[in-house]
Amino acid sequence: MLALVSPALLVILALIVLPVGWLAWQSIYHDGFTLVNYRRVFTEDIYWRSFALTFEISLAVTLIALLLGYPVAYLANTLPKGWSILILSLVVLPFWTSVLVRAYAWLVLLQRSGVINQFLRYLELISEPLALVHNTFGTVVATVHILLPFMVLPLYATMQKIPNDLMQAGASLGASPSLTFVRVFLPLSLPGVLAGCTMVFVLCLGFYITPELLGGGRTVMVSMLVSRNVELYNQFGAASAVAVVLLLSVLAIFFVVSRFISLDRVLGQK
Amino acid sequence: MTRTSPARIVLYVTSALVLVYLILPVLIIVPISFSSARFLTFPPPSFSLRWYQQYFANPAWMQATQVTLTVAVLTVLIATPCGVAAAYAISQSKLRIMRVIHMALLLPLVVPIIITAVGIFFVYAKVGLVATMPGLVLANVMLGLPYVVISVLAGLQSFDPAQEMVARSLGMNRLRSFFAVTLPQIKSSVAAGGIFAFISAMDETIVALFISGGQYQPLTKRMFTALRDEIDPTIAAISTLMTAASFMLVLFASARQRKNS
Repeated sequence: MLALVSPALLVILALIVLPVGWLAWQSIYHDGFTLVNYRRVFTEDIYWRSFALTFEISLAVTLIALLLGYPVAYLANTLPKGWSILILSLVVLPFWTSVLVRAYAWLVLLQRSGVINQFLRYLELISEPLALVHNTFGTVVATVHILLPFMVLPLYATMQKIPNDLMQAGASLGASPSLTFVRVFLPLSLPGVLAGCTMVFVLCLGFYITPELLGGGRTVMVSMLVSRNVELYNQFGAASAVAVVLLLSVLAIFFVVSRFISLDRVLGQK
Repeated sequence: MTRTSPARIVLYVTSALVLVYLILPVLIIVPISFSSARFLTFPPPSFSLRWYQQYFANPAWMQATQVTLTVAVLTVLIATPCGVAAAYAISQSKLRIMRVIHMALLLPLVVPIIITAVGIFFVYAKVGLVATMPGLVLANVMLGLPYVVISVLAGLQSFDPAQEMVARSLGMNRLRSFFAVTLPQIKSSVAAGGIFAFISAMDETIVALFISGGQYQPLTKRMFTALRDEIDPTIAAISTLMTAASFMLVLFASARQRKNS
């Protein structure tokens, strides 16, 4: 049996365990043990700001995705089967288009001469094109678009398991629909909320393509810090330290969440 | 609960808007790819196939396409058997270490891709695999493995291992009984896992940005660099083709899965 797993395991060990171990080593070793890379990460302004910005953006994206995703999952859950399949298909449809294609689409929609600006000018709502892209706004819009399915699917899966009887029981005891929703349905859907939020937040922390293409160089997320340190500045130690801090943040989040819900539930959706 | 309560209407409207937000960007690319205009205007002044011609006539794009397809096919051919073998072992073995191995095989989904990319770049730089075809394929195999493992494990959950025991008690060896009894019953999960690995290899961008180069650059890397410079409608044509291809693959995979269940 171990012989059967060994090819897959070897690939994983060689191409993810070893590289990540190498990064960790490189972040603390350069002609001897050193913490200078970590000191930079925690004291230099640009690093600190980038980490803060990444967490802020991830938090914003998670909250927006929850606000947008919850109603969709709820509706899909209450409608007859045919409709809910249609809604869920529409939700996963963008899932199967390349992230790069979607970044391109948002550039087309949001740029100064883009579709949305043209439309607003045609309606004479604006006279000057709005700056919708090459900033944090564009990054957030496109990132939410990419991560929304990761929110809707666990929400829907959890809601489906909530027995309808409980809602009817609430209603029969005299509660209004909104009261049963707040007191019965909402609390029971919280594991799904937690699973969806974890996935979206964690994926967003490491996002690279959308901030790079839609952020316009001003929205420097941690992933860009890593790539710039490698590609532009040849600062391998610094890049490694940033990568290690990012990875530890992700693992810490998974660890904390795993105390409340099973990780299979979070990862199974991807 | 009446169906037309105000809360219900708000729910419908919000959901509809969210769905438009999800779908519109994917659809907008199609008309743009058929536009005749050099610069972005919407709606397109007239339709033409010039951006598709541009794509098919450009040797750099063609070479990148060839690299992408080769990588994706090789990835599937390597990742699928490895993933199936691993999933089979995980589901059949009672060794405690298998749980750890199972988690390890899912690591590519957990570690942020940018970290994986930089890590592989460092390792490849040491062993001379940067800007090579084997390097690119191997990285995509690693990234595709979790999809095969997850899909096949799900398929094996509904499979009764006693059937294989029967085949073996009738004189088949373990390998033959796997191919004769087990594989036919999980083949749609295997196919689905393989298709996901294919799509993941076709779409993979970030690792390719770091480790590919020279003549071995996949489409996504060339698209990324092109997008940083200008919004060329050729990319809309490529995007439309890519999207159509992955939709067809997904439809194929889900049709197979439905047929089986």
